[in-house]
Amino acid sequence: MPETGSTTTDPVIALRGATATLGARPVLRGIDLTVHRGEVAALLGANGSGKSTAVRSAIGQVPLTGGSVELFGTPLRRFRDWARIGYVPQRTTAAGGVPATIREVVASGRLSRTKLGLLRRADRAAVDRAIGLVGLADRAGDSVDALSGGQHQRVLIARALAAEPELLIMDEPMAGVDLASQEILAATLRDQVEAGTTVLLVLHELGPLEPLIDRAIVLRDGCVMHDGPPPKALGQHALPGHDHVHPHAASEPVRTGLLS
Amino acid sequence: MEFLDPPFMQRALLAAVLVGVIAPAVGIYLVQRRQALMGDGIGHIAMTGVGLGFLLSTSPVWMATAVAVAGAVVMELIRWYGRTRGDIALAMLFYGGMAGGVMLIHLSDTGSNANLTSYLFGSLSTVSSEDITSICVLAAFVLLVTLGLRRQLFAVSQDEEFARVTGLPVRALNLLVAVTAAVTVTVAMRVVGLLLVSALMVVPVAAAQQITRSFKVTFVLSVVIGTAVTLAGTVTSYYQDVPPGATIVLLAIAVFVALTLLATPLARSRARRSEAASEECTLEVPASRPAPDSLRV
Repeated sequence: MPETGSTTTDPVIALRGATATLGARPVLRGIDLTVHRGEVAALLGANGSGKSTAVRSAIGQVPLTGGSVELFGTPLRRFRDWARIGYVPQRTTAAGGVPATIREVVASGRLSRTKLGLLRRADRAAVDRAIGLVGLADRAGDSVDALSGGQHQRVLIARALAAEPELLIMDEPMAGVDLASQEILAATLRDQVEAGTTVLLVLHELGPLEPLIDRAIVLRDGCVMHDGPPPKALGQHALPGHDHVHPHAASEPVRTGLLS
Repeated sequence: MEFLDPPFMQRALLAAVLVGVIAPAVGIYLVQRRQALMGDGIGHIAMTGVGLGFLLSTSPVWMATAVAVAGAVVMELIRWYGRTRGDIALAMLFYGGMAGGVMLIHLSDTGSNANLTSYLFGSLSTVSSEDITSICVLAAFVLLVTLGLRRQLFAVSQDEEFARVTGLPVRALNLLVAVTAAVTVTVAMRVVGLLLVSALMVVPVAAAQQITRSFKVTFVLSVVIGTAVTLAGTVTSYYQDVPPGATIVLLAIAVFVALTLLATPLARSRARRSEAASEECTLEVPASRPAPDSLRV
């Protein structure tokens, strides 16, 4: 559970001068990224701008070639308190090679809070609560194979919430999600934020999550281009499905490039 | 029940049941990770162990276990470090293991092609009481891992990256699955043979998941199917002069086909039921509007 009464200046995630390469290609070229307790930060940018790599390096899934990462004030190398983090990887499906129910998949997110993988009554209750939060309570016993794309994403988020994390890290949670599911996800996230959870999102576009976001970090070619209040989408830009194709002057990169 | 009388049949049945239980219990995690053919690869590698056992005049079973475990660990290491051309490296390992086994058996004084065949296709009737002891010990280890760590193994096999972020020791668990699979291969070697081992790890799981919705039920059902086909195959081979390994695998495939045929109408009726459920939902909306018949002239 998120602690109350702590200062908002506590850095929960701190990337300093982070560099990373994929193959021979530099993907991050010295990124500074700090997320404070209680903040909702969105990492934005075009495909290949390094936003996914930045997030994955923060949780040790991509090795850094330079710079440092701290989680909750602890260097990543010594960080063991994984139950404080709920992670939603970029996936189009929650299914594996063998049938599994929603409850079984979500329960795997609770393992970080259990000893030796034993689920006690409180753990089962937390799993059911997480499934309820994403509005799938009546389908908890169904196979994940029978779900739509948006429902898969809701299962992945419930799995991250099952450990009742203080920090939620979500990699493109809205990709391929239908409008109804998008609204449920936005409502779920709002409840979490109100309860004090810190959130770092990778997003392609702000969409229905826009009112929740305190801060936007825009990446381009592995560098931070903007770090501050979320850019306001105006007119045509605000319409869903708006395809951003026209070029912009380099002096105003903030409002642009988000939807590309 | 006269087939229970000869001691060799008692040993054969015990070995068959143990393999019928543990092969799907490991296999389900391999299928979940979409590495259904990993058991096949380990079987190939174990051949070198069998050959080494003959050459050094030690127990081929224990030598096969040692080499299969080493091979499985190398396969895991290739999966971590050699992402780019991992499949080529695995192919080298498989065929190298197979060729090495044939060569070593040829070089040994005691080994012959007849011996080789008994390891390739199983030789259930020659299971000795020492074999039974080692099979029991190894089977107990496999069951302990696959049941005791089922939640951790499920999480790792379902989504490796997510499992790492929950703090699970993913590398250790992957190695454990690899070692457990290798042990299972060498235990099953006497029953169905190295070339058909993978079938017993994969086919019961594939058959079970035709009609299941949860991992738990799939696990239980595939173990039931595995046990049933190994028992039935062993008994059949006692009365009819047919090779037990091939009989067991063909029976498993028959179960798969039967359950697939059964599943098609089952899935259709499920779809119809969920369709009916969604119809109920859409009917609620027009209820707030004027009744349709009032619009008619």
